[in-house]
Amino acid sequence: MWKNRPTMAINRTLAEYSNTFVYLSMFVLAITLFVFAYAFSQSRDESASVSRRVGNIAMSLTWLSTLLLLVGVILRGISAGRAPWGNMYEYSITGTLLALVIFLLYSLKRDIRWLGLFVIIPALLSLGLAITVLYSESAQLIPALKSYWLIIHVFAAIVSGGLFTLGASVSGLQIVASHVESRIANGESPGRLGFIASRIPDANTLDLFAYRIHAFVFPLWTFTVVAGAIWARSAWGRYWGWDPKETWAFITWVGYAAYLHARITIGWKGNKAATIALLAFATFIFNYFLVNIFFAGLHSYAGVD
Amino acid sequence: MSESTQNIRPEVNDIPIGPLGWLRWFWRQLTTMRVALQLLFLLAVASIPGSVFPQRTQSQLKVREYLAENPDLGPWLDRFGMFDVYGSIWFTAIYVLLMVSLMGCIIPRTKVHLQASLAKPPRSPKNLHKFENYLSFNLDTKNLAAVEKVLKEDKYRVRVEEDHVAGEKGYLRETGNLLFHIALLFILFAVAIGSLFGYRGQIIIREGIAMTNVLAQYDTFAPGALFNTDRLEAFSVELERLEVDFELAGNTPGQALDFRAYLKHSEAGGKETSSVIGVNSPLDIGNASMFLLGHGYAPVFEIKDRDGNVVFNDSVIFLPQDGNFLSIGVIKVPDMDPQYGFDGIFAPTAAINAQGNFESIYPDIVDPILFLAAFKGDLGLDEGVPQNVFQLNTEELKQAGMKTLSLGDTWEFEDGSITFTRIDRFATFNIASDPGQNFALIAALLAIIGVTASLYVQRRRVWVRFVPAGMGYQVEIAMISRHEDQSLESALFHIYSECKKALGVEESTHNGN
Repeated sequence: MWKNRPTMAINRTLAEYSNTFVYLSMFVLAITLFVFAYAFSQSRDESASVSRRVGNIAMSLTWLSTLLLLVGVILRGISAGRAPWGNMYEYSITGTLLALVIFLLYSLKRDIRWLGLFVIIPALLSLGLAITVLYSESAQLIPALKSYWLIIHVFAAIVSGGLFTLGASVSGLQIVASHVESRIANGESPGRLGFIASRIPDANTLDLFAYRIHAFVFPLWTFTVVAGAIWARSAWGRYWGWDPKETWAFITWVGYAAYLHARITIGWKGNKAATIALLAFATFIFNYFLVNIFFAGLHSYAGVD
Repeated sequence: MSESTQNIRPEVNDIPIGPLGWLRWFWRQLTTMRVALQLLFLLAVASIPGSVFPQRTQSQLKVREYLAENPDLGPWLDRFGMFDVYGSIWFTAIYVLLMVSLMGCIIPRTKVHLQASLAKPPRSPKNLHKFENYLSFNLDTKNLAAVEKVLKEDKYRVRVEEDHVAGEKGYLRETGNLLFHIALLFILFAVAIGSLFGYRGQIIIREGIAMTNVLAQYDTFAPGALFNTDRLEAFSVELERLEVDFELAGNTPGQALDFRAYLKHSEAGGKETSSVIGVNSPLDIGNASMFLLGHGYAPVFEIKDRDGNVVFNDSVIFLPQDGNFLSIGVIKVPDMDPQYGFDGIFAPTAAINAQGNFESIYPDIVDPILFLAAFKGDLGLDEGVPQNVFQLNTEELKQAGMKTLSLGDTWEFEDGSITFTRIDRFATFNIASDPGQNFALIAALLAIIGVTASLYVQRRRVWVRFVPAGMGYQVEIAMISRHEDQSLESALFHIYSECKKALGVEESTHNGN
């Protein structure tokens, strides 16, 4: 499928434009972060309308930065003449883009401005790491990556990554909310975290929200692993070989499976299940950053020196 | 597994009596959700060391290196199976326990689900108005048939009683749940079949050379425990040529862009077919598949003895040592007197670096240089002891000069001459047969379908009851779900308004709770 395609040269000008757009997007995201933080800091009762107006500005800024990032990602893809996910820099910018897009699309359905701050922070962190540590010049793919499975498997992995991040944000907030709720239930003061808890939905709502995200991403992650296995068979001659990347993808899968089971088991509901979701997310992040860069394996495509 | 699990996996706390009691206790513990959950965690944790320590199944060499570098810790790690984690007793024990636990859950649940699927939906409880999701309206006449039709149209399985209609739908949720878990068992089963009856091996073929699929041709061969040589697909392949594209300009010059092998192959008794194997596009021959893994250079030499007789004319595999294909190889010439051996270094694009060392600066052939060191004496090939073809044991040999050759050069050494005539390439292939792989794929796809159904299909029960009230009836509608069902309310309202429409009640008279 790919082998008869003429080899395209990298368009460096477009790659530079792409970088510019990614930087612009980060600039707007940084402003968005401050606006969201300001909206968040407004007390709910006293200046609800101010808070709402500031929140709306933050959402508009999020749209703008997402649009800028979208242009950056597309230009990156065009510059190399392929899907823009061939190394970690590209996975990171595409993954961040998708997390933002999912957040924005969901915000059309429901008011989730309270989540904004907790989406922008990981998005900025991810882009920051991408342009500093993970950056690599736009380049051709190594032969093993030249397959339509790159589009299918890696795209599924990137979407999963975006959703895992959103899910982890919500599960983390759920733990905060539940902590404060139990303090209040015991007649104690809400404590320092009460500041956050008063500005987000209650623990049960968050639990359900986190569940919906995780229930959506689990079949997708299963598909990612299976698609990877199909690709591995045609590239390496076996569908499963306990390569470090495969092993950690499996661990992440087991982690989220444990979360789904915990949520329906007496005594594991709520906080414990949320903790498992965070642990599972940690294995995903570990796989992405540490296994990619430090573990020798067949999946060493990081493009990071 | 899912919401109703608690009923089937009870948390058991009674004290066991006698060995049978203990056994029963153990079984009941094993099949609780809590233990299944703990086993899942254990499985995740147990997988970690396999990604940290080198594994024999991936690279014997790396394990040997690790053992050599860690003489104290290494043997202890080895004792605990750290270099073969996924085949170790403790890893196997965890997943076997998990599978048994799973079966202990699947079997009774399948029975329950089958019974539920065959049975009619349960009758209506007495007090429908006590349900959280409840609506009602008033009506003059009783019309169960109209309600039945509404429920059937909404894909409910229905049961009509004297005063009410009961409906249930979403059986697919539990079907998917069971399918998912059964498919997981089948994947494991498929993996077992593959590792017992399959085989995988590596061969190196030079351009212009044909090979038959027999054990002796393999450089490495890893058969399954129950593998039988009869399973080795009978075929022969010839590597006609290998093409490699390298990136000349761009941000990563010298990166291989693509490589492909042009082959002629024939199955036993069959006719010859031409085909191309690329990275990511293997060749299937019978139940085996051939995968292109890597490539390298195989320079061709013509060696003559003192009298001018050609004693050697063949290509020699030079194994690449770095990304620019600086390669090393060995030529053994037993048909000379004295016997000769050559250690060679080959650079497709040679340069001398700042330290004065010979290196290759580009992987494609631009300025190929060969550096040869000759040795003479008894090569030891006649003793019948198998030798590594990539190594020349120079201890017993005498140095007989060194020479740098360009393509076409001839070196006249003491006892003859060697000409660097041509540069061929070689390809490394994996040949593998995994009789379980299609099975595994089907099971994996079923698992995805199953888990999706189990998370998205909503299982709901609905009851519509006609309670005599005054001159007519009050129509009570209640709905429950066995899991968190966010759209239950809207589903109830849908049934409510559909029933009203079917029963001919004006929308305005509604008096829901």
